[in-house]
Amino acid sequence: MAAIGTRVLSVLLFLSLSNLASSLYEDQVGLMDWHQKYIGKVKHAVFHTQKAGRKRVVVSTEQNVIASLDLRHGDIYWRHVLGADDAIDGIDIALGKYVITLSSGGSILRAWNLPDGQLVWESILKGSSPSKIMLIVPTSFRVDRENLIFAFAGGCLHAVSSIDGEIIWRKDFAAKSLEVQQVIQAPAEETVRVLGYVESSQFHAYEINPRKGDEIKHVNVDFPGGLSADTVLVSDDVLVALDATRSVLLTILFQDGEINFRKTQILSLVDDSHGVVEILPCKLADMFALKTNKFLVLAKVMDGGVVELVEKIKEAAALSDAVSLSESQQAIALARHENQKLHIIVKPVHDWNIDLLKETIKIDNQRGLVHKVFINNYVRTDRSYGFRALIVMEDHSLLLIQQGEIVWCREDGLASVIDVTTSELPVEKDGVSVSKVEQSLFEWLKGHILKLKGTLMLASPEDVAAIQNMRLKSSEKSKMTRDHNGFRKLLIVLTGSGKVFALHTGDGRIVWSLLVQSLRKSEKCDYPTGLRIYPWQVPHHHAMDENPSVLVVGRCGPSDDAPGLLSFIDAYKGEELDSLVPIHSIVQVIPLPFTDSTEQRLHLLVDANQRAHLYPRSPKALTIFHSEISNIYWYSVEADNGIIRGHVSKGSCSHDEDEYCFDPKDLWSVVLPAESEKIVASETHKINEVVHTQAKAIADQDVMYKYISKNLLFLATTAPKGSGEIGSATPEESWLVVYLIDTITGRILHRMTHQGSQAPVHAVFSENWVVYHYFNLRAHRYEMSVVEIYDQSRADNKDVLKLVVGKHNLTSPVSSYSRPEVTAKSQSYFFTHSVKAITVTSTAKGITSKQLLIGTIGDQVLALDKRYLDPRRTVNPTQAEKEEGMIPLTDSLPIIPQSYVTHALKVEGLRGIVTVPAKLESTTLVFTYGVDLFFTRLAPSRTYDSLTEDFSYALLLITIAALIVAIFVTWIWSERKDLQEKWR
Amino acid sequence: MEKGKGVMGAGRRWAVDFTDNSTSPASRDVPDPLGFSRASLDQDDSAVSRQKKDAEANWKSQKAWEVAQAPFKNLMMMGFMMWMSGSTVHLFSIGITFSALWQPLSALQGVGKVFEPYKDNKVELLVPKLLYIALNLGGLALGVWKLNTLGLLPTHASDWVSSLPPAQEVEYSGGGIPLH
Repeated sequence: MAAIGTRVLSVLLFLSLSNLASSLYEDQVGLMDWHQKYIGKVKHAVFHTQKAGRKRVVVSTEQNVIASLDLRHGDIYWRHVLGADDAIDGIDIALGKYVITLSSGGSILRAWNLPDGQLVWESILKGSSPSKIMLIVPTSFRVDRENLIFAFAGGCLHAVSSIDGEIIWRKDFAAKSLEVQQVIQAPAEETVRVLGYVESSQFHAYEINPRKGDEIKHVNVDFPGGLSADTVLVSDDVLVALDATRSVLLTILFQDGEINFRKTQILSLVDDSHGVVEILPCKLADMFALKTNKFLVLAKVMDGGVVELVEKIKEAAALSDAVSLSESQQAIALARHENQKLHIIVKPVHDWNIDLLKETIKIDNQRGLVHKVFINNYVRTDRSYGFRALIVMEDHSLLLIQQGEIVWCREDGLASVIDVTTSELPVEKDGVSVSKVEQSLFEWLKGHILKLKGTLMLASPEDVAAIQNMRLKSSEKSKMTRDHNGFRKLLIVLTGSGKVFALHTGDGRIVWSLLVQSLRKSEKCDYPTGLRIYPWQVPHHHAMDENPSVLVVGRCGPSDDAPGLLSFIDAYKGEELDSLVPIHSIVQVIPLPFTDSTEQRLHLLVDANQRAHLYPRSPKALTIFHSEISNIYWYSVEADNGIIRGHVSKGSCSHDEDEYCFDPKDLWSVVLPAESEKIVASETHKINEVVHTQAKAIADQDVMYKYISKNLLFLATTAPKGSGEIGSATPEESWLVVYLIDTITGRILHRMTHQGSQAPVHAVFSENWVVYHYFNLRAHRYEMSVVEIYDQSRADNKDVLKLVVGKHNLTSPVSSYSRPEVTAKSQSYFFTHSVKAITVTSTAKGITSKQLLIGTIGDQVLALDKRYLDPRRTVNPTQAEKEEGMIPLTDSLPIIPQSYVTHALKVEGLRGIVTVPAKLESTTLVFTYGVDLFFTRLAPSRTYDSLTEDFSYALLLITIAALIVAIFVTWIWSERKDLQEKWR
Repeated sequence: MEKGKGVMGAGRRWAVDFTDNSTSPASRDVPDPLGFSRASLDQDDSAVSRQKKDAEANWKSQKAWEVAQAPFKNLMMMGFMMWMSGSTVHLFSIGITFSALWQPLSALQGVGKVFEPYKDNKVELLVPKLLYIALNLGGLALGVWKLNTLGLLPTHASDWVSSLPPAQEVEYSGGGIPLH
């Protein structure tokens, strides 16, 4: 039947050969795709509100984004996403028209045009050793009518012209073994002060001429007790530091070329300061903030360096930097939580008893605590001071608060998506009211008449706009119920802030969001991070009434052996059902192909000692697992040691009485030679992949049997020298070795070496093939290779008669221990782009042909037909091969502009692509995440199983009606004519 | 076929028999005219009717043979059309192929009906019937052959294997590089 299928398909292909790429028309943009722009968690913010006109705030974020936001609506005026290793260290506005950023560990200084975000200049600063990074943009400093910017990075102080980025002078302090703590520009004295330690026991202060960079004055004082790197500048001539024991506060005064110390015991400020004391890096004029494990302590430095306690705050709170209201007045904003409410208090520095502003705002619980506050003041019409506060919350969202209200809010947590899973929506229920139906029927008719007008080219421009609007805002696609085609789903995303969002695939709106309690910092878990999200319970047969749930797997701390945490979340309500914190460490999660009676999927969690823990912890699950235990294996890839080990359960854990824990027994191991091979990538099948057939019909109706085993591991290793950056190794000393390993027996099915090639390797594994992308040093180009594996042991099953009567063993279960003989075919092609992510489309039954989805370096997604990566491609395919759809061999893979899935959009900072099958076999859903989110629907072989969205049903109905009328009329005519004939 | 039907009057609705074959004078109302010998007439009449019947039988068998050979023309026509339609799957070739399959099939179904008008005790219909069937079978074979050249017949292993689901695996494994 495949031949028939392929023949019919080849007809379809013939029709579509003229346009291999499934491109999009202009008016189809936004019909089934959506794109959301984010910036990430804000690190620094600088307001620009001086002039009338567009008020904006320039922010830099932890996702290395600099953006200019509209203060009225929170929209992005412009945005730049710097590279992943180009973290922003400082940001400021110079001359009122440039945004200055210092990034990449203080090595790149850039100026961007404030109104439109164009790059004005860029300077590379060369440092000599790692150090603190500081960016100082003087506000009123004029040196030879040229404003200078001071950037301290890499142990050197650079003075850079803000006009063109020229480095005027450079002074190396690392050479003097000075650990610079603070750089101050003192406007009154027209000097630059550099303060630092030598060997943490000597305090040095330099005064530097800003014009030429020469030293004016240098004083130093010994401090035998030792100093810690925690310092904060209280004013131009007072520095507060902690000593090495972190129990004594030092106020260092350096007036008139002299340095004076004053020690204050922290205990005298706070009675019970257990744990680590930190100085918060807030610039509070004349004040500083200390953080102990219980309190936030605000203290003021009086004349002579006397420290006086101002306030102890017990609740979670955040402080802003001081803003100057007038020459002498400065204000600080304090945001604190109290009874689920957020209080924003602005107080003048000189008198802490006065509140300039006190606002209480009710904030969604799911936003968590305040992490950062930035304030900006403006003069109201009644000449009093007004304040607006920009608040960064625990879930990374950004809020602007003004006059006691949230003006706007950005869900920037979605810029740090870690993992994605999907959930079906609830089934539509009966009982829709009649009036609603009538209304919708009327709407339906109206819509279709409009569409008909469009089809018949009778529509006026307004009608065209209405049609387009109707298509874009179709309520059909954003309904909260399951649809017949399976296009409507919930995308459940786990973000870096520990918040889980459910997005609707129809329009991308947030259905619910949940700040997972177990992923918040607590006593049990210090630094929780989310790792993965899995579907936990997908009810369909037995437990139809229950809501589906998802499993969030996390870890308390950065190392592999940190305790793990699990959280179970209801996928419809967005509530945490249960959580387990802390548990054993988690290095691997293996969803098993079994579900218990409530449709909960069995999962094996492997800990750092390779012990397997079974979840859910129920006796039923244990029974199911015990019956299958002999066929369940797990393996570990130790990338650092170059070892792959296979394990099987030896029995319940010996060290503790936990029947859900299983000790590993080592079955096999593959040890790679450390001196010549280093593991750079590994890839396996997607666990939910569906394969339709094991046979591949090739030219002349012949058949090849695919080796479809889910227990295959693709592994890529390079020479240790070749694992660095491209260009760091010569072609002779770099090679890439790829393996296909059976993970049950440890048998290496295929091994191939690419001489002169190197990492980075990106791979995708599907059915019986793996496609990987790497760099070819000899050709100076990226390459993509495909390996297809075929089962030789089944190749003899070619007798039609035997197949007809079912005398074959093609469907009987197979074991890896039978060691089937396999052959591999492979081919390589050049590919222009470097790749950030690569995946393959997946459909419900696996019948539709596949497309590779490649996240390019330009942050777009390119769809490439798998037929281009067919190892059987030849330069001159035969007629039969052509009929099969084989494309003549070319040395490079084509990049067809129309086949960009993201069309004109960019998914900035692209990190991953996820494909989810829809119910409709021809269609797959694609979700791409990075700093931005993008979702679309793809039909790799076109929608052969459904009518297109813009199919005119009205036209069809009218045609049918007209035909019926015509039939009746002609029938009557012919009857009449017959009668007349007979009378004649 | 239509012509033969009309001539033979198979679908005759009513008839008046002008010949009077009864021999006993008593049964007749009207006496025979003088000098009329019924016997001689009867004899003569039977000879004529036998002749007539022979002619009819001859004609019938001739017609039956003609009908039996009719599919041959069809066959040639079909062959030509198939040759014209080429070996790729498209609307025209599929249409031709299916008509080539349908015609012989429907003809074979109606074998009895086609030869009914020529049914006669004296006419040997078996051989024409067989020829007719053979020719139609030939047409069918041609259609099937065409179907095969189009690749629409499940005669290859690939046609049978593709619908088979992939074999289930006994073992299950998971793992990889530690999560980070």
